Amino acid sequence: MKDHLGRPLVAVTGIGIVTPLAWGREANWEALKAGRSGISRIRRFPIEKLRTTIAGTVELPEEAAGAAPVSSAVRVERMAEAAIAEALAQAALELGAFPGPLMLGMPPVEMEWPQRFELARGANGSGAYPAITRAATGRRDLYETFLFGGVGERLAARFGTTGAPIALTTACATGASAIQMAVEAIQRGEAEAALALGADGSVQPEAVIRFSLLSALTARNEEPERASRPFDRTRDGFVMSEGAAALVLESLEHARARGAAVLGLVSGCGERADSFHRTRSNPDGSAIIGAMRNAIADAGLAPADIGYVNAHGTGTPENDRMETLGMRAVFGDAPPPISSNKSMIGHTLSAAGAIEAAFSLLTIRDQVLPPTINHHEPDPAIALDVVPNLARKVSGLRHVLSNSFGFGGQNVCLVVSAAP
Amino acid sequence: MTCQDVVVTGIGLVSSFGEGAEAHWEILSRPGAKPVLDEAAFAPYPVHPLPAMSFDAQIPKKGDQRQMEPWQRLGTYAAGLALDDAGARGLVADMHLIVAAGGGERDIAVDEAVATALCSTPPAEAGPILNERLATDLRPTLFLAQLSNLLAGNISIVHGVTGSSRTFMGEEAAAADAVRIAAARLAEGRGQIALVGGAYASQRWDLMVLYGAGGALWRGPFAPVSARGGAGGFVGGALGAFLVLETAEHAAARGARALARLAGVATDAAHRRAGGGSAAVARALHARLGGPTGAGLGVLSGMTGIAEARAEEEAFLAGLGAAAVRRTGSLLGHGVEASFPANVALAALALSRGGFYPPMDPADAGEGPVERILVTGFGQWRGEALALLERAA
Repeated sequence: MKDHLGRPLVAVTGIGIVTPLAWGREANWEALKAGRSGISRIRRFPIEKLRTTIAGTVELPEEAAGAAPVSSAVRVERMAEAAIAEALAQAALELGAFPGPLMLGMPPVEMEWPQRFELARGANGSGAYPAITRAATGRRDLYETFLFGGVGERLAARFGTTGAPIALTTACATGASAIQMAVEAIQRGEAEAALALGADGSVQPEAVIRFSLLSALTARNEEPERASRPFDRTRDGFVMSEGAAALVLESLEHARARGAAVLGLVSGCGERADSFHRTRSNPDGSAIIGAMRNAIADAGLAPADIGYVNAHGTGTPENDRMETLGMRAVFGDAPPPISSNKSMIGHTLSAAGAIEAAFSLLTIRDQVLPPTINHHEPDPAIALDVVPNLARKVSGLRHVLSNSFGFGGQNVCLVVSAAP
Repeated sequence: MTCQDVVVTGIGLVSSFGEGAEAHWEILSRPGAKPVLDEAAFAPYPVHPLPAMSFDAQIPKKGDQRQMEPWQRLGTYAAGLALDDAGARGLVADMHLIVAAGGGERDIAVDEAVATALCSTPPAEAGPILNERLATDLRPTLFLAQLSNLLAGNISIVHGVTGSSRTFMGEEAAAADAVRIAAARLAEGRGQIALVGGAYASQRWDLMVLYGAGGALWRGPFAPVSARGGAGGFVGGALGAFLVLETAEHAAARGARALARLAGVATDAAHRRAGGGSAAVARALHARLGGPTGAGLGVLSGMTGIAEARAEEEAFLAGLGAAAVRRTGSLLGHGVEASFPANVALAALALSRGGFYPPMDPADAGEGPVERILVTGFGQWRGEALALLERAA
């Protein structure tokens, strides 16, 4: 029940997933294995004058029924609730009395344009900050919705997690960081269990435009489902997306003692920050190589033990080139297969690390590698087996490395493993 | 798993009083310090403004400064002060970093112009215009200045801190958990040295609208935290506060001076739903830290001035006997994510100088000298946190 460093082994006993493909773990996994794309034309708000008009979006039931779109903060909370509830059901844990803390990976949230417009209308048509500040007086609802601690506090209250919930962001590595924080809390003996979550719901005009302005997004708007092309020669940016994944983590001992079904282990976590540039990796790849090696070493494994890599694989020219460099540095001339879930679900940003860790566990469970779709023109600079276009049945797969590399140089890698 | 002593070996502090440990000790250790205030610029909300600063000393490249707005500059600057104070510049490659962050600055002029122009236009019509305006008016670099995790990103880039990088969000509680987890990781042997802290740029309308909406800001002429009537409120204080934490063994091996021992940090969140008051939660946290009370104990309270949390904290403080209590918010203001690390820094500073601070607020009572200092952090909306510091061996 202990790992190679004498720490408690950390088991996964529940998984919940929401993505543009579906609400629910198994429906998501079936779609992913089938190579289906969840990317579509944005319908949530007018798209005229946008450079990029496609995304992966998760609509709430009331939005689908015609209600006005909710803010990112509300969407994050709702998807998180659904993912947690699904994970707790699988773990056979009671709703409302979770025996450990909540580690919540989420984006920064703030008032958005609909709120600003509403306040300006309340200020007789003035959008000046002093005027909208006066108009906002007494709007406890805005305050509690957009405080950074708000989402976590409400989720903690609803699911009865212990202690202070911790909301965190490490850009595109956020979901992986949340899992790492939960693993550390269990290894440290702070709790027998922890709830780890990554969620993002940022498809709103300003966020789309801001990522566009950074030249990070593809503008291949004509065929949305073919736009996300990780590792392909024609890749030219990522597709923004939304979703959430929750993992119930507990010490293997705790899981076994209560007779829970163990879905797998989070056996290693590695991180390394980069000091090179705000949006680019150091060309020497040292930080991402370091994060990958640290995760494998933390799991007490050698690179050759890793049977498959769940890529960060955003589909930007830069990321995929750097990830290839990292793969070669860590695994040498015979790297394991690697594929990108983002080819189908897009880049779910703060949720990506958690969603992809969840899919990595299902990869081991079913011994099926999900494909990298839209792979039609291999890039000669990317000499990797990217599991092109079709899922692949494998056998004997025990250890998967899941990569997450963020803007701001925050890199986190996880090793997930079969149940012992 | 090992459990090692953790010490504070460096503090980086910027407030309305100025910058650096020495400057703060000079001002705060003498009676009669008066808060630095601007009561006009953000009326009806007073603020403690940023001091005049030259960022070049800690952020030498102008290109780096241009990629940031005041919040990130303040934090990056304070982080550099902490590294210098600890003599830890050479240790940054394997140093772990946890930042407690709020949101970065919005482009106020763009927000105001667009909101005024489009607020009354029907959404279907306003949408395309909004898209066009934002695509034209928003500066790409400002997105990075706005991202919460980019304070940590800038600390990595400017100072080279690359062991790891995490950013916690969640106002006061995020900062207390940042200190708690940074210390816990060192204690269990995950790394030898860490940098942790936060920053708050108080002169920001985009924060006034948020905190003002919740009634969290004090309105009208300045009053000390204990004397704010009605529902009370906080007065935002410019604050950058970073700590270098280190295992005692590592500090001793490199001959670094330990300012204080961080004996423990404990945090929780009272869930109002369950009817659990903050005072009861804080008493439980206090017990976890060994329950120090009475003479020889100093308290640096992060009291915000919001009446509800203040009443809970006063009930807790009343159980600490003859402890010398100082409400630092009456001089420094409230710095949200920066307040808890700032008060830990002031505690380490006092313990290293063998002194304590004279009263800062009319309600402050008790006298030094102190052997141990308890830092409190009752959040404006939720969260309770305590840290206990002792004289270094």
